[in-house]
Formats: sequence, C-alpha cells, structure tokens
Amino acid sequence: MASETTAGAIASPRDEIGFWGFSKPQLAALAVLIAFIAVAPYFLYPVFLMKLLCFALFACAFNLLIGYVGLLSFGHAAYFGMGGYIAGHTAKVWGLTPELAVLAGAAFACVQGWIFGWIAIRRQGIYFAMITLALAQMVYFFCLQAPFTGGEDGIQAIPRGSLFGVISLEPDMTMYWFVAAVFLAGFLFIHRIIHSPYGQVLKAIRENEPRATSLGYRTDDYKLVAFILSATISGVAGGVKSLVFGIATLTDVFWAMSGEAVLMTLVGGIGTVFGPVVGAAVIVTMQNYLAEMGAWVTVIQGVIFVIIVLAFRRGIVGEIANLLRVKL
Amino acid sequence: MTETSRRTVLAGAGALPIAAGLALPRGARAQGAPMKIGLLSDMSGPYRDLNGPNSIAAARVAIQEMAPRINAELLVADHQNRPDVGVNITRQWFDRDGVDMVLNLAASSVALAVSDLARERNKVAIATSTATSDLTGRACNANTIHWVYDTYMLAKSTGGAMVRAGGDTWFFITADYAFGHALERDTANFVRNAGGRVVGAVRTPFPGTTDFSSFLLQAQASRAKVIGLANAGTDTTNCIKQAAEFGLARRGIKLASMLMFISDVHALGLETAQGLVCSASYYWDLNDRTRAIARRIRAGVNNDTPVTMAHAGDYSATLHYLKAAAEMGAAAAKADGRAVVARMKAMPTSDDAFGEGTIRADGRKMHPAYLFEVKSPAESRGQHDYYKLLQTSAADDAFRPLAEGGCAMVRS
Repeated sequence: MASETTAGAIASPRDEIGFWGFSKPQLAALAVLIAFIAVAPYFLYPVFLMKLLCFALFACAFNLLIGYVGLLSFGHAAYFGMGGYIAGHTAKVWGLTPELAVLAGAAFACVQGWIFGWIAIRRQGIYFAMITLALAQMVYFFCLQAPFTGGEDGIQAIPRGSLFGVISLEPDMTMYWFVAAVFLAGFLFIHRIIHSPYGQVLKAIRENEPRATSLGYRTDDYKLVAFILSATISGVAGGVKSLVFGIATLTDVFWAMSGEAVLMTLVGGIGTVFGPVVGAAVIVTMQNYLAEMGAWVTVIQGVIFVIIVLAFRRGIVGEIANLLRVKL
Repeated sequence: MTETSRRTVLAGAGALPIAAGLALPRGARAQGAPMKIGLLSDMSGPYRDLNGPNSIAAARVAIQEMAPRINAELLVADHQNRPDVGVNITRQWFDRDGVDMVLNLAASSVALAVSDLARERNKVAIATSTATSDLTGRACNANTIHWVYDTYMLAKSTGGAMVRAGGDTWFFITADYAFGHALERDTANFVRNAGGRVVGAVRTPFPGTTDFSSFLLQAQASRAKVIGLANAGTDTTNCIKQAAEFGLARRGIKLASMLMFISDVHALGLETAQGLVCSASYYWDLNDRTRAIARRIRAGVNNDTPVTMAHAGDYSATLHYLKAAAEMGAAAAKADGRAVVARMKAMPTSDDAFGEGTIRADGRKMHPAYLFEVKSPAESRGQHDYYKLLQTSAADDAFRPLAEGGCAMVRS
C-alpha cells in the first residue's frame, strides 16, 4: 500500500503502515482506546458506557461513507433503528439468542442498505442526501404504523438473553464485555476496510470520481458495497443498543438520529478512524450528564457544534492529528 | 452523576419541629437514611408546561408536608422524551444513587420502560403524567402505580359524559397512528353505549399535519354536534386554533379534546379555546382543598403556568408514597419496593388534590373524573379561571373495570 497523498492529508514517515494496517500513532491511539474500554467500567457507569460504544460504532459506520467515500447519507437512522427493531423483535418474540438477534438486525439492515443504496448512489451531493433522507422517513412512517414495532410505545421489555444460550447477559458487566467485543470487532473491521486495496479505491473515488472511472473502476459498484457495509454495521450498533436498554423505539429511526450521527462525526473529525468514537463520547456524555439542565442540553449541543465548525474544522481528533502531524 | 450536576433538594433538614404530643408510629421518626425520590420528566420539550418546574414544586410540597415523619430527598432529571436517556438515568438512579421511587415519567414509551426496570430492581415507579392504560393492563406489575388519568378514563369521561350532556352526534378527527386509532375506537364505543351516534371520521397524517382546514370543513359538513379530536399535542392545538378561525363554536358545534391539559388552554387563550370540552381528574377551582393545594404548589415556582392534573398527581403520589414508607420505616421501605406498593394499595389515599381515594390491585389510582367546558373570556373572573364543570364521573365509573384490563396480577 502506497502512502496516501490526498489533499489535506499529511504524509510523514510516521505514517508508515504497519501491523494490521495501523501506523505507529494509530497503534498508540488504539492502545489508549482498548485501555479505556478495559478500565472505564470500573469507574464509570457500565450502561452509560455501553450506550457510548453503540453510538461510537454507529458513528464509525457513518464515517465510513462520509469520510472515505465522500457520501453524506442523511438517513442512517433507518438502518440503526431497524437493526434495533429487528433484533428486539427476534429476541423477544422469536426467542433468539442475543448474538443471533443482532445478526438478524444486521442482515435486515444489509438488505435495506442494498436496496436504498442502489437507489441513492445514482445521485451525488445534496441529491444523494435528500434521497437517503426521504427513504429513511419512509422507514420511520412504516415503523410508526407497523403493528410489530408497537407504534409510539416501541418494543418494550426486550430480554438480553444468554450469549450462545449459555452465558447470561443480564448482569451489566457481562453485557458490557459483550458490547465492547462487538464494538472492537466492528471498529477493527472498518479500519481494515479503509486500509484494504478496496478502501484505497474508495478514497480515490472520494477525491476524483471521473478519474477513478477512467482508471477502469466501476465506481457505482464500489460505492454500493461501501453503502451496504455502512448500513450493516449501523444495524449491528442498533441491535446491540436495543438489547442493552431492553427497548426499541421511534427515537432511533427518527431523522434527528441521522443528524446525531452527522454531528458526532463532525465533532470527532470526518475521515479519521478515531474521530467518530471521540465525537460519540462527547455527544452522549453531554446528553447524559446534562440531563438535569433541562432545555440547555440542546442549546449547549448547538453552541458546541457552531464552535467546532468555526474553530476546529477538522474536528477534535482531526485537529489533534494535525497538531502532532500524524494520521489518526 | 457528579455531585455538582445533581440538583438535589434536601427536604426536611431545616424543618423538623416535631409536635410534642404527636404519637409517631414505631420506627417512623424522621431520621436515618432519607427516602430518595427521582422526578423523571420532560423538562424541555413539548410536555414541559404540564410537568416541568411545577412538578418539582409539587413534589417538594409533599416532601415538606411529610418532613416531620420521614426524611426525603428529591432528584430531578430531564429525559428529553427519549426512552434510552430515560432508562439510562433511571438505571443509574437505582444502581448508583440509591433512588427508591421514580415519579412522573410522562411519555408512554419512557413510562413502560421505567416501570419494567422498577420491577426488575424491586423499586417503585409512579406514573402521574402518562396516558397509556397498558400500565395497569397488559404491562402491569407489582412495583408500578398509575396516578391521575389514562386513555380509557379520558375516552369514557369525554365520550360518555358528553353524550349525557347533550352532544349525541360525533365526528372524529383522528391522528393516523396507533394512539389516535385507540383513542377514536374507545371514545366511539362510549358514545354509542351512552346512546350517541358517530356520523363519521377522518384520519390525518401524523406527524407533520399543520393544516386541518379541510378536515374541519368535512367535520362541519357532517352536521355532527361534537367534533372529537383523537390526537394530542400540537395537532390538538392546531385543530383548536383553526376551528376558532372557522367560527365553529358560534355555529353551536362543540370541540371535544381527548387529551388536553389546563396548561394547553392557558397557552391557547380563552378567546381561542372557549367552548372546548375536555376531561381531567383535577382542577384547581373545584373546592377549598384543591384551591389550597394549588396555592401551595404555585408558591414554590416563579411562573404563570396553572397547576395541571399532572402536578396535582406528583403531589398526591409523593405524599401517599411517603406515608406508606413512614409507616413501614425508612429502612424497610428502601429495601423492598414491592412491599411499599402493597402497603400503598392497602391504605386509603387522602389528600387535598384528589380527596379520598384508593389504589386498585392492578396499580390503578382511583378517583373521580370530571368533564369540563372552557369558559368564554367574559365568564372568566381571574387568573386561571378557565373551566366550568359539566359532569362528574364517580371513581368506579371513571376507570376501566378491573377484570377488563388483562393485568396478570388480577387473575392470579
């Protein structure tokens, strides 16, 4: 793999790709991340951390599209939410074990992403965003009316069940390790995609699609596969989240949830591997710990968004990477 | 939750003049670990006015009233109408902060989830601002009590009592989703049972409908005496505003809202809302006791929001909960939420807001329901003087019969 010389990116000796596609600074960041995941539940509330990890995975999946293919999807809530509904329904009504329920949610999101992606990737920029938004709103109204979703009450009392039918996930700490494992697997998978030859083509498409076409790549196929991958991972995140909380509701398919994915990625840093994780941590922490401040939650969120857009155009991780002259 | 971000109210710390002659039940002295009450509600969104700051004030009034007998602390959080945020806060309250009872709950999706969590952790959940009658039906459990109102009561009071008051032909404007359908179906049944007739109905897309003019004209053309609004929130207020613009009230057509709080009437203004018919289980101007409690709650806030039935419920529920906890002793009450709920069901309720009442086996708090008509600006003689009483339904008549709810606790 050649070193990347995309516009704005910094190629330095430190960015040599090493173990598993990680450069040395990225390996260091990964070590910090894993250490945090391993230590945090002993200091912070596990359920809060689980929520954080679910949203981090969701934001990473979204970042795969916006950061590496340059496609701004404004309808990712559709895959996140449906993943949650399907996982919740199969776990509660069909009695599937949690890993199978999450896989069912992911499979559904995959098919959904295939169909929606096939329609949406024919257009670019604002048209692409609007088509994905329109399709996501269709999913929202479907969920509002369909009997199995429970309408505005949502699917309630979803059992966490037993992993492989053996290990009970009812204790928060057991559930936490399950969520952490799913998150890390998803995160490494996304990292692997980005740094594979396939990922290099995606980045080429992002930089200059006509040139990629002229080199003989069928760009639509590449974009569609990226879209499906992103949707599927979003479905996994949604499925895990519904198991963590025991509920799947309309909030997760609402367009505001798509907006949150955009916000998290922007705050953390578009096109950085670790950015969405940090962005998700910032947003979810604000929602939780500012809950007592009432109406100020959304105001503070808005102010932070404006500050980031004005002052830290690359996002938190993007700015740090720029300061240290490395890629993260 | 960090110490600094927690809005904690230490009630009773300052006010402990125990009357010398007052015989306190054994183990009920105001000392030891305080009972912790978590007020979880919408503090910023569409349901802020009917909960919000007044709910905090109402719970504080009850805590102060019980201060001589038991110590209690109040924690407050905003679930932003998001079930995941609500569940996360409640879990944290139960697991980390030692909260014993969660109050208010508001949105149905949050209430159902929190109720289930209370069962799992053997704590207490009291819904005072939640509509779904599933809380005491399919989803009932031994740790949950549903105060104030539910969809069945609203449909029955507004549907049945309205027909008895002369509004015997109905047309429904229904929000096109499960909640709207259920409200229309239930209300239509009560209208028919009371001898009325439903002449038509129209479904409006939900959410996002802002122009109801064609639906209102359709309703007017049906020549029904009553237009039933089987919707909620902004849909209802938009319907009412547009009906006022069409002058439906002047033509003698009554609007009946299935879900309406006095705070909505306050926001709409009497000019727009006059003639509207709605149900509630509390109105501040019913009698001396309801006036007294409204005064006490409003003394704790600095706003112009009238005391809604949800606020009254927050007071009444907190009071009754603390009475039961005081009788059991704080330690026993903290240890076993199910036992507290059982004690609450065994004791008759008595407070200024709802008068005398009981709590049924399925967790339903029983009290009368009232049908009100909104006054015209000329009839109103002071601040918050908005309602005139049309009909009263006795408690047993107002709520769903015990056997019909499908609550598993009742059969066993």
